[in-house]
Amino acid sequence: MVTCKQFLQELNAYLDESVDPVTKQHWQDHVNECPNCFVIVDTTKKTLEVYKGVEPQTIPEDVRSRLWAALERKMAAKKQKQPQA
Amino acid sequence: MTPTASAPSGFDESTLVAQAKAGDQNAFSELVKGYERKIYRLAKNITRNDEDAEDVLQDAFLKAYEHLDSFKGDSKFYTWIVRIAVNEALMRLRKRKTDRSVPLDEPVELGEETVTREIAVWEDNPEQRYSKEEWRHILDEAVDTLKPDFRTVFVLRDIEELSTEETAETLGISIPAVKSRLLRARLALRERLTRQFKRKGEDLLGNL
Repeated sequence: MVTCKQFLQELNAYLDESVDPVTKQHWQDHVNECPNCFVIVDTTKKTLEVYKGVEPQTIPEDVRSRLWAALERKMAAKKQKQPQA
Repeated sequence: MTPTASAPSGFDESTLVAQAKAGDQNAFSELVKGYERKIYRLAKNITRNDEDAEDVLQDAFLKAYEHLDSFKGDSKFYTWIVRIAVNEALMRLRKRKTDRSVPLDEPVELGEETVTREIAVWEDNPEQRYSKEEWRHILDEAVDTLKPDFRTVFVLRDIEELSTEETAETLGISIPAVKSRLLRARLALRERLTRQFKRKGEDLLGNL
């Protein structure tokens, strides 16, 4: 018998499927019978989904232009030091 | 990590890296364009500070450019630049002394009273109730509540999609430490978001 506490300790392995099928089945049996763990699995999965679904924000224009100015300075300095053969 | 998970489509990382190493500055610029948004997001997620995030973004790409010769190509360029950025970000975090972190490898105390208080189903498609900006703000705020050690692991594993091994290597911590921090982080975020998104009228089913 898997307890809720044991199950929660192994929640990541269960979610990431990094476990053998027999163990997975034991945990699956627990989830099927335990409404609390069922809800925790479901809402944890959703938590991961919402974060994975967020596209990286655009970089603020001023931040981006300072990045490219710094890069161009660096590249120009390198070019001067080692002229292309 | 698959190339499609990290790189924009039509973006041939290994060719660009080879060209950049041979001295092609345009190729290096293409690499920066491909990853600048992700590196900025990473920097912001770890430092939680606009000024630090900008410094990390700049220093990471400048260092990568400077040390391109030492990039061996045995890992992906993306993983390499992530590692540089994480180191820069952690350094700034330590400087600000906001990091009241727990010792390495501290076992996860799964005190049910703190990690699983909210057990309630979510409303369907909660994101539809918010504007894009509000939605981002809610998710950011939740990540903000995590301690830096947990936050950093969550960001690398679940947002940047590094493997457990890559995360351990990047942070210089053990694989069990990555696993236990990730569990703690995921449960804490789940708890936090459940408070926000639980279906109305559907409260605690009970405590574990």
